[in-house]
Amino acid sequence: MTIPLPRKTPVSAPHWEACQDGRLLVQRCTTCDQLVFIPRPGCTRCLTETLEWTESSGLGTVYSYTVVHRPQRPEFEAPYVVAIIALDEGWHMLTNLVDIAPDDVSIGLAVEVAFRVMSDEITLPYFRPRASA
Amino acid sequence: MARNLHDVAIVGAYHTEQAKRLDVAEPALLLDAMRGGLASAGLTAAEVDGVNASTWVSGIHAREAVQWLGGHPCWTGTGSPGIEAVLEAASAIASGQCDTVLIAAAQSGEYQDHSATVSWTRPSNEFVECWGLYTAAEFALIAQRHMHVYGTKPEALAEVAAAIRSNGARNPEAVMFGREVTPEDVLASRMVATPFHLFDCCINSEGGASLVLTTSERARDLDADPVYLLGGGMDRQGMSYTAAPLFDLHGRVGERAGKRAFSQAGLTPAAVDVAEIYDPFSFEVIRQLEVMGFCGYGEGGDFVMDGRIRTGGELPVATNGGLLSYSHAGLAQMLQKVTNSVRQLRGELPDALTVPDAKVALATNGGAGALFCDALLLGKEPA
Ligand SMILES: [Zn+2]
Repeated sequence: MTIPLPRKTPVSAPHWEACQDGRLLVQRCTTCDQLVFIPRPGCTRCLTETLEWTESSGLGTVYSYTVVHRPQRPEFEAPYVVAIIALDEGWHMLTNLVDIAPDDVSIGLAVEVAFRVMSDEITLPYFRPRASA
Repeated sequence: MARNLHDVAIVGAYHTEQAKRLDVAEPALLLDAMRGGLASAGLTAAEVDGVNASTWVSGIHAREAVQWLGGHPCWTGTGSPGIEAVLEAASAIASGQCDTVLIAAAQSGEYQDHSATVSWTRPSNEFVECWGLYTAAEFALIAQRHMHVYGTKPEALAEVAAAIRSNGARNPEAVMFGREVTPEDVLASRMVATPFHLFDCCINSEGGASLVLTTSERARDLDADPVYLLGGGMDRQGMSYTAAPLFDLHGRVGERAGKRAFSQAGLTPAAVDVAEIYDPFSFEVIRQLEVMGFCGYGEGGDFVMDGRIRTGGELPVATNGGLLSYSHAGLAQMLQKVTNSVRQLRGELPDALTVPDAKVALATNGGAGALFCDALLLGKEPA
């Protein structure tokens, strides 16, 4: 049994496909420079459809987190750390933190993306403490 | 003559039996809620010309309910049960589309597989589900940031949970009747998702509720104790459980709803005698007391201490036991924040839970983890 994996949509597919190449992509509006995540059909500031995919550094800090002891479903091994990452480019995403004991996590911790192959279709962007931190 | 929101009154408010499992099919439960609301208003089915009745699992909706009511209603509401549906119905009455609306909701027979969390708590979004989130984790991400920014303490969350669960313990109608809980019990209960212990989290249960709204003019002719709409508002910031619940963006959701409600009512938070705050998790009460203006931002943790939100305190909160102890039945619990406000103003609660001489009640729905928060002010006297 595996955890539920993303079912990509036409709007989100470029993000998931880039993860398979080890790249973290976010939408950027070429009209107003707004970064958009989760993927949308149009810019959330100016409503144009002039969104392009741009590569993130994958570097950020922990904005908020929760150590989950009661799993969403049994396929998740508890405890696990759900976190919101503030990426250095100024956007945010949900993820799980890996390679760290839950007790060692704190808000502000410097982290980097860590891709894990889950299936032929899906590679997930987990985050771990930054090597240089 | 043109009407406005202040010409609308609630004349009926009813809860069905609530239990972890009721063993009653949803259609029967919904009929119970509909009959109870009408009885509470002293009205018959033939006198209702607007309806918004729905069930969670079986998907009964208002247009089917028109036929259950013999085809009398000409207006149907589509608002989700709760403050959204009340404001929609009140607007329909105020704009002359109908005169008397029955709102009802019921839920049973949903939660079967206990190896996973309840179905409605589990998001299916592709950027959420794979990270193991569910409602407790979503709300925890907001709470953790508030605690980081303002120094809000776990003891404050525990006091909220204990205060509300103590109300339920003394409410014979509550699912958790008889189950007194102290702040120490909350902190000692098993961790679900930090900072939430088991007793910081709402229960899940089954049940229904209903309301009847009509014109203030009609209300005076009925053998029912009317409660008046003073103001209401919504604050909707997106789809629940899709994008990350960012405290900087969504931490003050509800503020716009509260401001509109108090502005329409011509009141300040000081006028509120009882606050039926939506309490899916203990922390959410602290946050909503801030956004509704009962205290400043960051002061909610201190505000809830020293018995202030307990019955007999300055601002009793979730007086029937709320979602933490009374019931959380799909969506009916949203409606129950309004029905319990009405019952408080009518003096229908057990003596131990009655707020003496309550004249103004605030009901809220939603929370920051879900990216929406609505507010409704009700009064024993018209605005
Ligand atoms: Zn733009």
